[in-house]
Amino acid sequence: MAQLLQDKDRIFTNLYGLQDWGLDGAKKRGAWLGTKAMIGQGHDWIIDQIKASGLRGRGGAGFPTGLKWSFMPKEVGARPHFLVVNADESEPGTCKDREMMRHDPHLLIEGCLVASFAMRAHACYIYLRGEYILERHRLQAAIDEAYAAGLVGKNACGSGWDFDIYVHHGAGAYICGEETALLESLEGKKGQPRLKPPFPANAGLYGCPTTVNNVESIAVVPTILRRGAEWFTSFGRENNKGTKVYSISGHVNKPCNVEEALSIPMKTLIEEYAGGVRGGWSNLKAVIPGGSSVPLLPKEICDTVLMDFDALREHQSGLGTAAVIVMDQSTDVVKAIARLAYFYKHESCGQCTPCREGTGWMWRVMERMVRGEAETSEIDMLLGVTKQVEGHTICALGDAAAWPIQGLIRHFRHEIEDRINNYRAGKPVFVPRMEAAE
Amino acid sequence: MSDLRKINIDGTEYEMPGEYTLMQACEEAGAEIPRFCYHERLSVAGNCRMCLVEWVGAPKPQASCALQVKDMRPNRDGTPANIRTNSATVREAREGVMEFLLINHPLDCPICDQGGECDLQDQAMAYGRDFSRFEENKRAVDDKFMGPLVSTVMTRCIQCTRCVRFVTEVAGVQEIGLASRGEDAEITTYLEQSLTSELSGNVIDLCPVGALTSKPYAFNARPWELEGVESIDVMDAVGCNIRVDARTGRVLRILPVINDDVNEEWISDKTRFVWDGLARQRLDKPYIRKNGKLVPVGWDEALALAAEKLSGDPEKIAAIAGDLCDAESMKALKDLMDGLGVKSIDCRQDGAQINAENRASYLFNTTIAGLEDADAVLLIGTNPRLEAPLVNTRIRKGWLNGEMAIGLIGQAANLTYDYDHIGTTAEDIAKVAKSTKGFAKILKSANKPAIVIGAGVLARADGGQILRACGELAKKFKIGREGWNILHGAASRVAGLDMKFVPGEGGSDTNAILSGGFETVYLLGTDELDTSNLKNSFVIYQGSHGDRGAHIADLILPGSAYTEKDGLYTNMEGRVQMGFAAVAPKGEAKPDWAIIRALSGHMNRELPYNNLAELRTKLIQDCPVFAGIAYIAEPTEGFLFDPSTFGQAGNVDKAPLVSPVEDFYMTNPIARASSVMAECSEVASAAQIKEAAE
Repeated sequence: MAQLLQDKDRIFTNLYGLQDWGLDGAKKRGAWLGTKAMIGQGHDWIIDQIKASGLRGRGGAGFPTGLKWSFMPKEVGARPHFLVVNADESEPGTCKDREMMRHDPHLLIEGCLVASFAMRAHACYIYLRGEYILERHRLQAAIDEAYAAGLVGKNACGSGWDFDIYVHHGAGAYICGEETALLESLEGKKGQPRLKPPFPANAGLYGCPTTVNNVESIAVVPTILRRGAEWFTSFGRENNKGTKVYSISGHVNKPCNVEEALSIPMKTLIEEYAGGVRGGWSNLKAVIPGGSSVPLLPKEICDTVLMDFDALREHQSGLGTAAVIVMDQSTDVVKAIARLAYFYKHESCGQCTPCREGTGWMWRVMERMVRGEAETSEIDMLLGVTKQVEGHTICALGDAAAWPIQGLIRHFRHEIEDRINNYRAGKPVFVPRMEAAE
Repeated sequence: MSDLRKINIDGTEYEMPGEYTLMQACEEAGAEIPRFCYHERLSVAGNCRMCLVEWVGAPKPQASCALQVKDMRPNRDGTPANIRTNSATVREAREGVMEFLLINHPLDCPICDQGGECDLQDQAMAYGRDFSRFEENKRAVDDKFMGPLVSTVMTRCIQCTRCVRFVTEVAGVQEIGLASRGEDAEITTYLEQSLTSELSGNVIDLCPVGALTSKPYAFNARPWELEGVESIDVMDAVGCNIRVDARTGRVLRILPVINDDVNEEWISDKTRFVWDGLARQRLDKPYIRKNGKLVPVGWDEALALAAEKLSGDPEKIAAIAGDLCDAESMKALKDLMDGLGVKSIDCRQDGAQINAENRASYLFNTTIAGLEDADAVLLIGTNPRLEAPLVNTRIRKGWLNGEMAIGLIGQAANLTYDYDHIGTTAEDIAKVAKSTKGFAKILKSANKPAIVIGAGVLARADGGQILRACGELAKKFKIGREGWNILHGAASRVAGLDMKFVPGEGGSDTNAILSGGFETVYLLGTDELDTSNLKNSFVIYQGSHGDRGAHIADLILPGSAYTEKDGLYTNMEGRVQMGFAAVAPKGEAKPDWAIIRALSGHMNRELPYNNLAELRTKLIQDCPVFAGIAYIAEPTEGFLFDPSTFGQAGNVDKAPLVSPVEDFYMTNPIARASSVMAECSEVASAAQIKEAAE
């Protein structure tokens, strides 16, 4: 039984909104403490600290944050630098950034200042998901407080660094969470991903050097700097350091967001924090460990797997946004994945061929498989189609659409085959196993 | 090309410029890369994913149109990056993309006009699979209205966005876009209105499938039935390179031919769709006016009458050459008139006061391609969008690159780029010359300034004075020959000026000829002039269409249109280009030079050439600038360029400077005979009225 994270080691101490979200409350919890001193240490010190902390991007891809920051030009040339915070949290199952912005907005704002300073940016844009109305009000109120207190704005925190922060409200398209589509949308254009290279660090927002980071990646920065990289690296396995906010949803007794160390066993996470799987661990059927776009894992793997980037990768899945979607034995897993396929079909931007044509095709085949109206040979065809989409598109939405189906076929091929056979035999195609749940 | 990088393509090492795209590098290495969305003259979209290649070591295949050679990191061991264009990975990727493109593409090739020249067909054949795994229903998309020229079958669209990028980037009108997203994404025009671009037809060529096809050409022919001849366009003085496609003696379509110095890869809608005018209103036999009515006659009778009328007092005979004439026919007519002692000849049908003595004074010296690189362009009395759309695209290109400032003295109009509207009258030219602020400052500090003077405003009574004012301005800002440009509107003009088809000593010019008093007036394809005072003259009209000139003619000699004769044309830059006949002249009509040669025989004054080659030899002998086909003759050595001596000194009129082109689609007899052009003109004027009403 692994050691659980203690409250003293939590970064988001008001994740559940039990205390004051405002500036006073945030300061009591340690926010805005020594910000000036951090900035006083210089640009490179901050980047080095973040590199040393082993922080990997919390938005899904897990790219080392410090390394990403170091791609920004070391000198500001004719073009200003920008920090853009990706708060377009739209991955099904994920709801961590929302809680941070609602209840701990000052951690994010402070992080924006420090990160912007590290990358020599005087302006930061927070691109907020269209549906996040309350979060926008809360965040804007917190920013106004910070401006009034002189924490941001001209000579932010008395550090001598001028810093402005803006909240931009998106219009609710999933694709605008892709960093270059987000930049397009922020520029007022249609949210379609750009070709890379050039990468945003070279030519991002308005063609200027830009770094796009997830809310959580930025919000944890001040605390890491305050408590030191060693503290942060004391959690998790090598290459998977630090704490992470997990969103646990689905067939658990107490769905929740919780901050825990990386590399915690999945079973511990679900049982300790989410009240366990509905009907007990033995009633577990599958788990999608990192938001809708990663392949699901069957119970056998879930029994032992650790929740970190590398362990999940070994099982051909991924940590993604650490949104754990739990499915018990009553789940119609084929239908669940078909629903995800529909989501990706609906959210494809339509720019490039494999995703535009492939997502619709995959969804339609999935729907037929849900009804059992398919040939057994079509399972392999469907797998082939997912492979034809995967890796052939401009952005990762194609991959995200392909992986859930690949995961389904990898682990639950027999269920699809059963349906096809049942349909031919005139039997009901799917009978859920309800007994355990009842 | 200093930045050479090593790159390994299909197992062979090459050195390629770093700024090459992978696609260019692969093509250079001899590997064919299929593509749909990529187009050399448009921005890179990278959305079709057909051009994927394998970069050995990279986790996924790469879009070769979007990566540059310098983006390719060498391998860990220091050897150059390995690119594979024919590996199994690449083949699978292509097959996959091809399959995706085809699943929602209708199988209507037998009724599709693109059939036979369809990129999708060709590439499906080369890179696709021979079977389909798609069992679902195909998507259907509503057709969109794009105006009288572009026919749409949007179900065939593969969303490559070439058309969107063309109209946005080159044509400069944001009227086509990709609406909706995902598999519902559709190409559409803004509120399904007609495109307001004079270059809209180019989207037909750009469309790699049959989604956008030519409306006038619809269901007329299959590409393999057509015989194409590369020729030169005469709709304006740009001299666009075109291919004339014909079947059984009828021109069925006109397409652009690539010439980077002239029209790049585009042609205007007038050039492209004027072909139905070649079949209407044609003069197909000689006519003589008898008792007020034109009566068809035989060639002998017609030529005999012409010979008789031209044998009178040479002081009472005049000749004017029109806008669409080839150089050879003008040369033959000039030689004939010179032989008769006729001095009143003029090729400046509009009466422009341009001196034919100094070649540099009437050329577009910056050159059409060179105009892109100018950093300050002053337009005087011209609307290049209407007078020469493909010059306008160059200005827009320079402006888009952000290094060109544009000023306009003349009528304000939507030119597809921003400009500084300095003034509207000729007096403003001198004002700019005296000023030190505003655009004058830009002109002064510019490294490559250019002024572009519309030939139309030189046709005003004060044309000479306007030219002088422009010349003084040029001198003031040290704009030399390379920045001095006259924008001509007529395809024949520069050739006429080059061969001095202008009044001789004591001869009358166009305006004087048209004021009456001549016994015989020979009109060689002239239709854009005021003939009200020619009632008492005997008018011989030689031309191809029954238009304004033919209406007042007493004798009609049926000539050929530009698609029916071989001929030389000199464009506004002074570039000599050779056109070729695609079809035979209509009925009894003959190539124009041959008519004049025959006429000279009837007068017992045989011109010294029996065929076109001999005529060209004589032309080059008399006028060496015609020797270099496709080139612009350099000015002779010791040549002095002093623009302040052009034109005449004097005051200019207060009237605003207006472009001679009022209706882009109706500028010549062929266009006026075309019903497609009439429809375009109607749509354009309706749009203008609507705009004015708003």
